[in-house]
Amino acid sequence: MVSNIDKINYLKDFKKGMHDGIPIALGYISVSFTFGLMGTSSGLLWWQTLLISMTNLTSAGQFAGLEIMVMAGSLIEMALTQFIINLRYALMSISLSQKIDDTFNLTARLATGFGVTDEIFAVAASRNKTISKYYMAGLIITPYLGWASGTAAGALLGAVIPKAVSSALGIAIYGMFMAIIIPQARDNSKYLIVIIIAATLSCCFNWIPVLKNISSGFVIIICSIIASVIGAVLYPLEDEVEK
Amino acid sequence: MTIEKYFIYLAVMAGVTYLIRALPLTLCRGKVKNKFIKSFLAYVPYAVLAAMTFPAVIYSTGELASGIAGTVTGLFFSYKRKSLLTVAVLACTVAFVTSIL
Repeated sequence: MVSNIDKINYLKDFKKGMHDGIPIALGYISVSFTFGLMGTSSGLLWWQTLLISMTNLTSAGQFAGLEIMVMAGSLIEMALTQFIINLRYALMSISLSQKIDDTFNLTARLATGFGVTDEIFAVAASRNKTISKYYMAGLIITPYLGWASGTAAGALLGAVIPKAVSSALGIAIYGMFMAIIIPQARDNSKYLIVIIIAATLSCCFNWIPVLKNISSGFVIIICSIIASVIGAVLYPLEDEVEK
Repeated sequence: MTIEKYFIYLAVMAGVTYLIRALPLTLCRGKVKNKFIKSFLAYVPYAVLAAMTFPAVIYSTGELASGIAGTVTGLFFSYKRKSLLTVAVLACTVAFVTSIL
């Protein structure tokens, strides 16, 4: 039996999720705007570009996929590229599976799977309690609308936006990433060390001659696995994970 | 590119992306007890975001000067615990102003 009090709590949870999703949605608009702009300028129709965003909901994977479509790459290349770039989501999904509460039935798990992005995951993971499917639904819907509407806007009006504005928007997504990791690093030196290791490795892969030929999807996986393993070996977390 | 070809690409792209995310969430039931794995999973999101951000952020605006100005702005305001949106907007604004100077 679901009581009225439960229903009110579910609604509150859903609204809280939607509210927490607003900054993500606004950050997404700028990034997906760029994607929309690139889609139509590389020859796709506006609805084709929009449909990619509405069925994928992933930044790096979509940009790479668009390039493969335009270059008429093979389907194997498409599948492999998406697999490598998006493999980090598998790690996030496993991590998320540890935080969800018992409102998550099979349908909720299958539906939430569609909405695991870097930012949605980071906001959910940094919440210091378990997560209900209502909160998660709210947290996914707002960014999804932002991602789709930004793509549509970029695909339809991209041509009239000044270059200086669209270039400056490119940094928006990283501003969001910094706002997630820096406060955590400030509060807890264990996280600070893991973050520094991951960032340093990533810089090495970008700047050292031989290493920089490795694709960016692989680089992210290699750096984050090495940094997290070092963290887990040297600084295992006690009850911090539990809360 | 024909419409048929477009939809085949789209199906492969969306299908692979979906399965990577949904399978672990559907198959991982119950709580992990192992301390090493628990710690590893807690560190992963921060490590992923750090690796994605650095050094990509300084090249994200297409020119180094505005990229670095935006990065410094972002680091400063996120250290001050400003919200995701505030940090993103301020970083964009400073990058934009730097690029037209």
